[in-house]
Amino acid sequence: MFLDGLGRIILLAGHYGSGKTTLAANLAVELRKTKNRVTLCDLDIVNPYFRSIDHREWLDESGVRLISSELAGSSLESPGFPPEAASVFDDEEVTAVIDVGGDDRGALALGRYAEQLRQNTTVLLVVNQYRPLSADAEDTCGICREIESAGRFRFTGIINNSNLGAETTKEDVISSLPYAEEIGKQLGLPITACAVDKRLGLTGKTFWPIQIKRKWVS
Amino acid sequence: MSKRILIKGNEAIAEAAIASGCRHFFGYPITPQNELAAHMSRRLPKIGGCYLQAESEVAAINMVYGASAAGVRCMTSSSSPGISLKTEGLSYLAGCDLPAVVINVQRGGPGLGSIQPSQADYFQAVKGGGHGDYRMIVLAPNSVQEMYSHTCKAFDLADQYRLTVMILTDGFLGQMMEPMTVESGQLTVDSEKDWAVGGKRGKRIVNSLFLKPADLEKSNLERFERYKLVEESEPLHEGYMLDDAEIVVAAYGATSRITRNAIDEARSQGVKAGLLRPVTVWPFPKKAFAKAAEHARAFVSAEMSMGQMIEDVELAIRCRRPVLLCSRVGGMAPEPKQIFDAILQADKEAAR
Repeated sequence: MFLDGLGRIILLAGHYGSGKTTLAANLAVELRKTKNRVTLCDLDIVNPYFRSIDHREWLDESGVRLISSELAGSSLESPGFPPEAASVFDDEEVTAVIDVGGDDRGALALGRYAEQLRQNTTVLLVVNQYRPLSADAEDTCGICREIESAGRFRFTGIINNSNLGAETTKEDVISSLPYAEEIGKQLGLPITACAVDKRLGLTGKTFWPIQIKRKWVS
Repeated sequence: MSKRILIKGNEAIAEAAIASGCRHFFGYPITPQNELAAHMSRRLPKIGGCYLQAESEVAAINMVYGASAAGVRCMTSSSSPGISLKTEGLSYLAGCDLPAVVINVQRGGPGLGSIQPSQADYFQAVKGGGHGDYRMIVLAPNSVQEMYSHTCKAFDLADQYRLTVMILTDGFLGQMMEPMTVESGQLTVDSEKDWAVGGKRGKRIVNSLFLKPADLEKSNLERFERYKLVEESEPLHEGYMLDDAEIVVAAYGATSRITRNAIDEARSQGVKAGLLRPVTVWPFPKKAFAKAAEHARAFVSAEMSMGQMIEDVELAIRCRRPVLLCSRVGGMAPEPKQIFDAILQADKEAAR
């Protein structure tokens, strides 16, 4: 799997609603299987909902430490950094997955760590062809450049997370592969993985089966 | 041709407005509707539209007032506390017979409340809210797909009847992401408005001030003739296992989705339960409720408010059957089990 090639710090950024939080939780749990100390750090300053803390139980069970603002998931929606966030940069024994808020506004939060993020860091762009504003490669590349300039970092790879929620079919995923490749070509970046709901049963080197928790009823 | 996309309820409303020819949006940020304005701010400038973040909710609704008077399709959106601020403007829009589309993605209240979903603005939406005698058509979608289709419909209804159409939704539907089908060529009709003001259009006046009370009375009476037409032609409802239901649950919006699960559970245990979902909460589907009362022994009103829609249910069935309230408030949502328990309770009460 693609996990071996990752840096000590793995950052997930991308368009609003592209699936960063779900992928960040999955990635942290997956990394914990081979590494002793894994931290998931929620640096989302955009969205008060759908935060890493929603996965708390799963992360706890898996032995992943969660660093999250006390305000996450509450009605006090002021953007806040958890004070422990800086520890993931200082403590070199830790493998850290950082979940960044959506779009350039979310990436703005990372500017203050720009120096630290230059070393041993993998920065992954999460893309979903089925989101309305990132439906074609060109638009997605535009969003990517806005994020890079706001966050003062460069992406090193792409995770294709193209999905239609609970109704995603194998064909939906497979037909999105050329879209991700086109983005990779335009940005000069490798496709690190193609995330796919593990219930779809897609296997092979290209696919990263992930666990998706759904709360909604019917 | 149709294509499937994965989209948030808030974004779906924005896309629908654009598909309906709305090129003027005036907003002010508030959770949980922010994605709507954010989406408009990204999309409208690229297609020659005007996205404007106003200095306040009051300013935004008055920009809608101005744009509508000039004859263009326009929209504003907010959430509960912001809608309270806009109500003065809603009354003025009604007083001038101006078409407008207003979105309320409700959150817990009263006051600043919470940012979680709620349905506690029901009275405000269907009973007026602002001053004076007026009505708005109020649509209550229950899926992301309907956030889209109801918004398209809202623009048509607003033009047809020259009144404000509100989409009354909540933080659940605004925030949830679902696959949605976008039909190409769905653009609705933006009709010619022979009353719209503009320098080259001759003398036309849009105004809600009347110097003679008799004239004001006449304008009220004329307006209510139109409301009567709306009440005759536009009530919409959806039934689920309704035809033979002995216990009928009334629920709209997100709550109606949760209720379906409770109905399934009740049916599997031999209780003849059904859902009557008002799709328009004004005009309230009174006839559908009166008809349901013919076979129902009791009703349950499931709502995320302290008992608001229940009054319309009781009125519609003329209090001929017991009506129980099943509610959660403050940003909390009922679970199917709670509604299921209310169905059993209603079954018991009806047997008394």
